[in-house]
Amino acid sequence: MENNNAPLLEMRNIKKDFFGNQVLTDINLTLRSGEVLGLVGENGAGKSTLMKILFGMDVIRETGGYEGEVLIDGQVVKFSDPFDALAAGIGMVHQEFSLIPGFTAAENILLNREPTKKSIVSEVFGPRLNTLDYKEIAERSAKAIDKMGVKISGDMVINDMPVGHKQFTEIARELSKENLKLLILDEPTAVLTEKEAEALLQSIRNMAAHGISVIFITHRLQEILSVCDKVVIMRDGYVVKESPAKELDVPEITRWMVGRDVASAAAAEARELPDARAIMSIRKLWVDMPGEVVRDVDLDIKEGEILGIGGLAGQGKLGIPNGIMGLYEAGGTVEFDGKPIPLNSPRECLSASLAFVSEDRRGVGLLLDESLEWNVAFSAMQIQDKFLKKYLGGLFSWRDERAIRAVTNKYIDELQIKCTGSKQKAKELSGGNQQKVCLAKAFALEPRFLFVSEPTRGIDVGAKALVLEALKRFNREYGVTVVVISSELEELRQTCDRIAIVSGGKIAGILPASESSEAFGALMVSQVI
Amino acid sequence: MKKHQRGKFNLGRLLQDNIVPVMFIVICIICFPMSGYSPTYLLNELVTRLGRNTFLVLSLLIPVMAGMGMNFAMTLGAMAGQIGLILVSDWQIWGIPGIILAMIVSIPISILFGIFCGNLLNKAKGREMITSYIIAFFMTGVYQLIVLFMMGPIIPIIHDTLKLPRGYGIRNTVSLLNMRQYLDNLLAVNVMGVKIPVLTLLIIGLLCVVIIWFRRTKLGQDMRAVAQDMEVARNAGINVDRTRIIAIVMSTVLAGFGMIIYLQNLGNFPTYSAHTQIGTFSIAALLVGGASVEKASIGNAFLGVLLFHMMFIMAPAAGTAVTGDSMIGEYFRTFVSYGVITVALIMYEARKRRAKSQTSHLLALAQREEEASAK
Repeated sequence: MENNNAPLLEMRNIKKDFFGNQVLTDINLTLRSGEVLGLVGENGAGKSTLMKILFGMDVIRETGGYEGEVLIDGQVVKFSDPFDALAAGIGMVHQEFSLIPGFTAAENILLNREPTKKSIVSEVFGPRLNTLDYKEIAERSAKAIDKMGVKISGDMVINDMPVGHKQFTEIARELSKENLKLLILDEPTAVLTEKEAEALLQSIRNMAAHGISVIFITHRLQEILSVCDKVVIMRDGYVVKESPAKELDVPEITRWMVGRDVASAAAAEARELPDARAIMSIRKLWVDMPGEVVRDVDLDIKEGEILGIGGLAGQGKLGIPNGIMGLYEAGGTVEFDGKPIPLNSPRECLSASLAFVSEDRRGVGLLLDESLEWNVAFSAMQIQDKFLKKYLGGLFSWRDERAIRAVTNKYIDELQIKCTGSKQKAKELSGGNQQKVCLAKAFALEPRFLFVSEPTRGIDVGAKALVLEALKRFNREYGVTVVVISSELEELRQTCDRIAIVSGGKIAGILPASESSEAFGALMVSQVI
Repeated sequence: MKKHQRGKFNLGRLLQDNIVPVMFIVICIICFPMSGYSPTYLLNELVTRLGRNTFLVLSLLIPVMAGMGMNFAMTLGAMAGQIGLILVSDWQIWGIPGIILAMIVSIPISILFGIFCGNLLNKAKGREMITSYIIAFFMTGVYQLIVLFMMGPIIPIIHDTLKLPRGYGIRNTVSLLNMRQYLDNLLAVNVMGVKIPVLTLLIIGLLCVVIIWFRRTKLGQDMRAVAQDMEVARNAGINVDRTRIIAIVMSTVLAGFGMIIYLQNLGNFPTYSAHTQIGTFSIAALLVGGASVEKASIGNAFLGVLLFHMMFIMAPAAGTAVTGDSMIGEYFRTFVSYGVITVALIMYEARKRRAKSQTSHLLALAQREEEASAK
């Protein structure tokens, strides 16, 4: 199938950093035509960044480009935008659907490449006034669908389709491009049922037989083994293993994916609390959070512990706190301290002495245009009437500025928030310090129970350690039950007593933090949907 | 009224979705006997207003198709049309040639206004309606500057009958007596006492054909794609901003034509206020016809013009009969227009929210089913 000796794609010594934060280091990759390459790795391992480089996405250029060379058919290429990559025969199917919901499958497949007919008007006013050739659209889209070997009606409107068909439509769009040589599939099976996924795998084999190379990114390791010729495993921005698929098995891949060189330091402080009663019990919880759907979760949280909730992105770990705290629509029952908590009502949750540090700190967590004092004291003032002075028997209440300043300064010291003073505006702080303000805000509520969602996302190593240490101290000193939700397993293992792993919207299992990385890795991919 | 009959099959849902047209049908049915008008008179008035207003309402369809909502800035087109008419009056070109020339003069002005407005709206994506509403107010100032100060010293105006006594600027009223209803009367036929302006209706029909054809063009397809998801359209290589500007330019040019058709029917116009409410009334008419902010058809435009104006014809008479005050009609006109727009905007949001909460119900349902099957 090879035209010449040069491989279809070659990536040499690719390096990439985001503002000094090295995310890819010395990546080398080769791919021949008709080959299927499986790319695996934990979240944040650098898979997506690598594919963005290959596809010439804007973010890469905007953040300072990359180092190293990308060669297509032996020629060095440098794509300045995705359209260049498309012209060179690279197609990409992204994790999120990129389809027009009200259009039919056929219209979507040929979006902006519709065959048209000329008319007198278009001769005068230009080709955009050509009329569409609906017959030709139907034929060409049917041909693209055939290439996958599945049956989809081209007349079906995207809105009325099951998810699987949407995914196939998206792939068909790439296949309908005549010059397609390389197709990147970024977790295409994440949203598919088992049967649909099997059909997709079959169509990948079909494509490869047609001479199209495929880069296949997935968390379902079994699929990798069944369809790929070659597997590349990434971790922390390095390629840690590259080998033919035949020589690997699932446990081995998992080990390569999560295994850290310094995995032992973790979990030294994990405690067992066998006698603690369950302070919160969750039964049959479902949450409709887009991209983080939770279904049928049963979970008991012990008083005084730090529980970690981990799992891969999009599997529902973020949905659990957001649903319980009433930010997204939820159902099921949640009992706190023996009393049921009404769902879909943030105020009731806060009144019940629960607090939540959101993963969306700029959107939900902070009043960006206000001072640190306001940010720290606001919730406590609203919910618990703290920091207020009452006059005339409670008829008027005045803010107690002095108390507010005192508490803000206390947390600035305690959490080492870098700022010019308690009057500085929250938006002027760096990400890590904003995160600390979010924590201070939750601490000021003096809750009995605290959800912390992605506390270390997007902050540097030093700040990370501080934030985690503050959480631990808060737990130990005040006996507050803390639930930490994080994508980074290592960080959970350093901080938590027990870790629950969410997979496919459900709790796949709960293990003590001292358990090995491999055991957690196996749980993470156990029910991936 | 076809919609009303179909309602029997799924009455509740259909009533809910078409609450505005249904409300108007009910109002019209109640008002008709109270107004005491003969059917012939009513029909005559209706046909006149259909010819007068439909073109203006149709000019709103293309921005809706491009996902930009109701184009309140169609007022800009109306201004361009008025400038065209003022100039043509001064050149004393009357009749059909005058009307055609006014349209031609309005085109470059409309395009200029349209490009300006489209660019502004591209900077305010998602808030097109409120932005276009304010642009219309703001551009009224520019229009006044042109007509009140620049016409005379900069743009030559020859005839004193048009000018203010001070020597520059246009008088408060521009008379179009020499082109009044020329378009309507050419080829007009009289059917049982009802005068039908065949040529005007033919022009409107032609516009409908053009709109239907336009939907099938590449540009029309691009607009529909942009309307539904700008990000996806952009990723597919469609120039989103340009497409949206073209939609606004087309709407502005058509609104200019519509305004000229509207004013030739009336026979004169108040120079400084003719355009001010044309946007509001046209949008109200379209919404009365059952259109929403993201979906409007030619049928909505016709039904809307019929119902909206039927009410306007009958409301003053009915109002006089009930309260003894004829001013109630004008009051009603303004009140109802703004009311309809408010109701339509709220319903649009409410419907979106309803659709959103439905997905959560589905999720709960799926879980219950799963449990049931597990047992």
